[in-house]
Amino acid sequence: MLSYWRNPSQGHIRHAKVLVFALALLPLLRLVLGAVAFPEWLGVNPAEFITRSTGDWALRILLLTLAVTPLRRLSGWNWLLRFRRMLGLFAFFYAIVHFSSFISFDHVFDVDAIIKDIVKRPFITVGFVSLVLMLPLALTSTNAMVKRVGAKRWLALHRLIYLIAPLAVLHFWWMVKRDITEPVIYALILAVLLGLRLAWYVRARPRHGEAKPVRL
Amino acid sequence: MLIKRPADIKPSEITPYAFYRRRRELMASAGILAAASVLPFGVSAQAGAKLPGNVRKSSFSTSEKANTFKEISSYNNYYEFGTDKTDPAEFAGRFRSRPWTVKVSGEVRKPKTFGIEELLKFPLEERIYRMRCVEAWSMVIPWVGFEFNQIARQVEPTANAKFVEFVTVVQPDTMPGVRLPVLNWPYLEGLRIDEAMHPLTLMSVGLYDQMLPNQNGAPIRLVVPWKYGFKSAKSIVEIRFVEKQPKVAWELANSSEYGFYSNVNPNVDHPRWTQKTEKRLPAFFANRKTEMFNGYGEQVAKLYAGMDLKKFY
Repeated sequence: MLSYWRNPSQGHIRHAKVLVFALALLPLLRLVLGAVAFPEWLGVNPAEFITRSTGDWALRILLLTLAVTPLRRLSGWNWLLRFRRMLGLFAFFYAIVHFSSFISFDHVFDVDAIIKDIVKRPFITVGFVSLVLMLPLALTSTNAMVKRVGAKRWLALHRLIYLIAPLAVLHFWWMVKRDITEPVIYALILAVLLGLRLAWYVRARPRHGEAKPVRL
Repeated sequence: MLIKRPADIKPSEITPYAFYRRRRELMASAGILAAASVLPFGVSAQAGAKLPGNVRKSSFSTSEKANTFKEISSYNNYYEFGTDKTDPAEFAGRFRSRPWTVKVSGEVRKPKTFGIEELLKFPLEERIYRMRCVEAWSMVIPWVGFEFNQIARQVEPTANAKFVEFVTVVQPDTMPGVRLPVLNWPYLEGLRIDEAMHPLTLMSVGLYDQMLPNQNGAPIRLVVPWKYGFKSAKSIVEIRFVEKQPKVAWELANSSEYGFYSNVNPNVDHPRWTQKTEKRLPAFFANRKTEMFNGYGEQVAKLYAGMDLKKFY
């Protein structure tokens, strides 16, 4: 049984991918249905609900993306890696919807006001930077692009996520008026995910005179 | 299954509220038993009950379309019940608005403690006011109440009374939000005496034809329509006439973002929200330009003649 989890069939992985894809669309489905058919789902201030909800899900899926590698290392389930690109792209997708609701609902596409908001309000500044940094990662997410960029450079580029995720948490933290319980929880999860990597990195670092170990 | 009840689980929901409630109920049951043996028929006229007597119309009312009772009572900022807009409606059910007294003291000749029944006997008026939240949304709300100056008239403030401080209730067993130090509890608000005595300044006890819902500040709250919503303190238990400008809740929490005056002012931006426009709910898009003093400038601008409102925000 356990050995199967380490090595599931290709067919099962494909099915699981379809399932994860469908699950990741549910938050969007709720918003769309709420907007067109069930207004009570979104409450009195639907725009705020949509902005909050898409921001929440962008952050949650981003952290899930960051959880793939630690989970894979701890469990030995290497196939988890095959879900990482999809999760990362969904995080980017929800971040884009989040940003779109900000520029449409809050500013009705008034470019001047949007720029002013981004420059003037630190929580928006860091959120925007986080989104912009996600863009090259999304653009280089295909197999063809990995080849074109070259594996080494591609890996280096995609380490930007170590900057993107903290900025996203900071964006949430600074946005909250008083009760910081939720951002603190996200920050703790992020700290664990990044802390594990740091611990592994320090342990794997070659001591003086030793040969450099092969790293993925 | 997810379509019916989406899995938008917030960390705050992870501690099952039912457990918390059950614990509180056990602790409260002893008190309820004791109280039940004293009170004849439990509590009278609470939130949701019809208001007594005739309610007069007022020329201060706006003719704009009022929000529905449901909108006004399902989207609230009342941090004692939680910081989400839906928390107050969800968690205020066990709040006790009876028995209730409002103690009026300080720089007055005749300090007095009013019972809520006595306050409900003041001649009541319907005041349909615009309500502008500092978060850049607004509603139109048909409050029922009486002018604050009627209370003042009964207690006779002295010449030393330069400000009025409002103290709101803390009920730890019915208010899940006060377990966290999100703000200093109790929530304090304050007005300059001339602001408090202004005929627009209302003590509200009702919404439409009903007693105030708990989540809207039952059983009695302040309404100051030309200031951002948080100045309109809810569930008031004490009113103090004082000589010095009192420290108020949001100023204590974050004085660089919230000032004592907090007049609605499209020319003074809040660090988090532009105040030039607002969203009159329900709506997807910002749909109105915010007016100076929330459109009550004709009545109140003279209170601030000569003041730099950028400095006294």
